[in-house]
Amino acid sequence: MYRSHVLVCGGTGCTSSGSERIVEALERELQENKLTEEIKVIKTGCFGLCALGPIMIIYPEGAFYSMVKPEDIPEIVSEHLLKGRIVTRLLYQETVQEDTIKSLNHTQFYAKQKRVALKNCGVIDPENINEYIGLDGYMALGKALTEMTPDQVIQTIKDSGLRGRGGGGFPTGVKWSFAAAQPAGQKYVCCNADEGDPGAFMDRSVLEGDPHVVLEAMAIAGYAIGANQGFIYVRAEYPIAVKRLEIAIGQARENGLLGKNILGTGFDFDIELRLGAGAFVCGEETALMTSIEGHRGEPRPRPPFPAVKGLFDRPTVLNNVETCANIPQIILKGADWFASMGTEKSKGTKVFALGGKIHNTGLVEVPMGTTLREIVEEIGGGIPNGKKFKAAQTGGPSGGCIPASLIDIPVDYDNLISIGSMMGSGGLIVMDEDTCMVDIAKFFLEFTVDESCGKCTPCRIGTKRLLEMLDKITKGKGTMEDLDKMEELCYHIKANSLCGLGQSAPNPVLSTLKYFRDEYVAHIVDKKCPAGVCKALLSYVIDREKCKGCTLCARACPADAISGTVKQPHVIDPAKCLKCGACMEKCKFGAIYKK
Amino acid sequence: MATTISAVPFNGTKEQEQELIELIAAHKGQKGALMPILQGAQGIYGYLPIEVQKLVAQHLGVPLEEIYGVSTFYSQFTLNPKGKYKVSVCLGTACYVKGSGDVFAKLSECLGIEGGACTTDGKFSLEACRCIGACGLAPVMTVNDDVYGRLVADDIPGILAKYAE
Repeated sequence: MYRSHVLVCGGTGCTSSGSERIVEALERELQENKLTEEIKVIKTGCFGLCALGPIMIIYPEGAFYSMVKPEDIPEIVSEHLLKGRIVTRLLYQETVQEDTIKSLNHTQFYAKQKRVALKNCGVIDPENINEYIGLDGYMALGKALTEMTPDQVIQTIKDSGLRGRGGGGFPTGVKWSFAAAQPAGQKYVCCNADEGDPGAFMDRSVLEGDPHVVLEAMAIAGYAIGANQGFIYVRAEYPIAVKRLEIAIGQARENGLLGKNILGTGFDFDIELRLGAGAFVCGEETALMTSIEGHRGEPRPRPPFPAVKGLFDRPTVLNNVETCANIPQIILKGADWFASMGTEKSKGTKVFALGGKIHNTGLVEVPMGTTLREIVEEIGGGIPNGKKFKAAQTGGPSGGCIPASLIDIPVDYDNLISIGSMMGSGGLIVMDEDTCMVDIAKFFLEFTVDESCGKCTPCRIGTKRLLEMLDKITKGKGTMEDLDKMEELCYHIKANSLCGLGQSAPNPVLSTLKYFRDEYVAHIVDKKCPAGVCKALLSYVIDREKCKGCTLCARACPADAISGTVKQPHVIDPAKCLKCGACMEKCKFGAIYKK
Repeated sequence: MATTISAVPFNGTKEQEQELIELIAAHKGQKGALMPILQGAQGIYGYLPIEVQKLVAQHLGVPLEEIYGVSTFYSQFTLNPKGKYKVSVCLGTACYVKGSGDVFAKLSECLGIEGGACTTDGKFSLEACRCIGACGLAPVMTVNDDVYGRLVADDIPGILAKYAE
C-alpha cells in the first residue's frame, strides 16, 4: 500500500515541455528521502490541459500542480509529501480556493466535460495492463465472448447510435453488420490511427494514455464480424504512442487476451502494428488499406466497399481510435446508456482538440450538442489578450470556418455539415481578429495540394488552380471574377474527386467565401488585408506623434529602411521595407503600426 | 518530399548492407512487407538513396520502379541525406495560427537554406513538418529529439547556437 500517488502526465504535450525530467527529479528526491516504499510515481496519459504542462496530480489530496519545473520538485517532496503542506504557489490557479483546494472536476475547464472516450487518460499507467483491468478493462470482451452472440454485439452497437469519429460519421454498427454478412473466411479489423488533421491529437492521447481500450475494441469487432486478425495503422510521427501500443500488445498476449483461444472461449484474435510514413491521404480508408498492403497509399474507387472487399481483397472493418475507445463501455453499460448522451442523430460524446488563439489549449470531451460558445468561452477560457473571437475552424483541411454569428450552434455531425463545415476528427482551432481568413483558406489549400495523391485529375489539378487564385488574391492581384471562378471550380472538385480528400478539399474556401466574403473583397478591391497578415498588402508606418526618436527601430531593421536622427520622428521607406515587423516588435512606444 | 536523386555521393558500408539484407530476409513472405522494410532501411542509412532502393529491389524481388514509387510517395522517406541536426518546424494549423510561419522564415534566414535542404557543412537540415500533436505548446519546432515550444522568431538564433559547435 502506498499512502500517496503522484501522477505525472507522460503525453506528448507534457513530454515536450519536460515531464520526463520531472519524473527523474521526483524519483531521485523520493529516493533521497527514503519515500519510495510509501509514495508511488505513475506516468499517465494526457490530462487534456496541455497548455499548462508539465502537469502533476498528487492523490489522495487531488492537488493539481501545473507548469512544474525540476527545481520545484524538492519543495513539493519536502513540503507536500513529507509534511503534508500543499505548495499553493504551484497549484493550477483555478483550483485554489481560500483555505482549501477545489476538485479538478469543478474547475471551468473540466466542469462541462464528460469523459467517456478519455475515461482512463491521465488516470492509469498506460504501460501496465493491470491498471486497465482494474478499471473494468477487458470485461467487455469477456462479456461479448461469453454472454453475447456476434449478432447481439452488432445490434448493441447499432442501438447505441455510435457513429464513426474519424470524419464521415458513418454508423459503426451498420458498418460491422455489412462485414459480418459476408461469407465466412479471412476477414480483417483495422484501426485507423493515422491521425492526419493538423491540430487534432485526440487519437494520439487515447493511444498514449489508454492503449488497451483500442485492442479490446478491435477484438470485440473481430468477434462480431468473424475476423481473427487486426491491424493498427499508426503514424510514425507518434513515437510514444507506437511504443505504448507495442507494450500493450505484448502484455495482452501474455495475459491470454490476444492470440489463440482468448479466455478459453476458442476465439482467436491477434493484432499487428503497421507504421504510416507521413501521407495525409492514408487517413482515407481505401488508401490506408492500400498502404498496409505495401503500395503507394492511393485510394480506390468505392464500391466495392471495404466491408465487402477491403484489405488484401478481404472483407474489412475499419474504425478510428476514438470510435474504438467508446466500444467496450457500450458493451458493458448498454446501448441505452450511450444513447442517453448527445443529440437526436449524434449520440455520445466527442473529443475536441482545442488550439489556436485560446487560453486553455488541450483536449476536451463534451456531450454531442454542446454549443461552440460553451466550448470556446467556458471550457476554453476565451481568447487571450482581450481579442475578439472571429471564427472556429473544425474538420481540418476538410472542414470549414464557423463565424462568430453561429457560435451558439449545438455542435454535432449534422449541424456542422449544414453550415458548410464538418466534424472531421475533432480539431477545433480558434481564430481571433488577427487571423486573415483568405490566408487561412490558402494555408489549407497549400496542405491539400501537397497531400493530394495525384491519382484523380479534379483533386490534383483543381486544388492547384484554386491555390493559384488564392495566392493571387493575397498578393492584391485578384479580380472579382476570380471569386466566381473559384466557387465554380470548388463545386467541380467536390463533385468529381475520387475520395474524401478531394471531395472535401474546397470546404475551407467555400466556407470562408460564404461567411467572410467581405475580407476577400477587401483584398481584391481595396488592396487591403483587414487582419494585417498578407504581407504584400501591408505597409508599416511610424506615427510621428508617438515616435520619440530612440533609434531602436532603425537599428532593428535588417534592410536599413528606417531613417531619422536621434530624438526626431523616424520614417520608413516603403520601397526598402521587407515587412518583417522587426521594428514593430522593438518599439517601446507603440508608434509603429500596420495599415 | 524530395524526389531528386541526391548529389551527395553514396558511402554505405558493408555492415549496413549486411544489416539491410538481414532485415529483408526477416520480412520476406510477410504481406505488405515493403513499407516496414523501407522504414528499416531508412533507419540503417538515414535516407533512401537510389543505391539502397536497388538493394531492396534485388533482395526482395520487387521492381525498382515500384520501390521508387513508394519511396517518393510518403513524406517520411527521403532520398537526400539529412543534416546532423534535423530541424523541423510544425506548420500544422494550431502552430500556424500562432505564428510558426515566421519561425520557419527566421530559421531559413539564419541557416541560409530553404525547407527540404541541408547546409553545405552537413550540420543542419530544415524542414516543415505536419502536426506533431504538441498543439498546447504552439508554435513548436524540433531539433532531432529536442522539442522547443511557445516560440517567437527571436528565440531562433539562441537555439541554433546551442548546436553550433
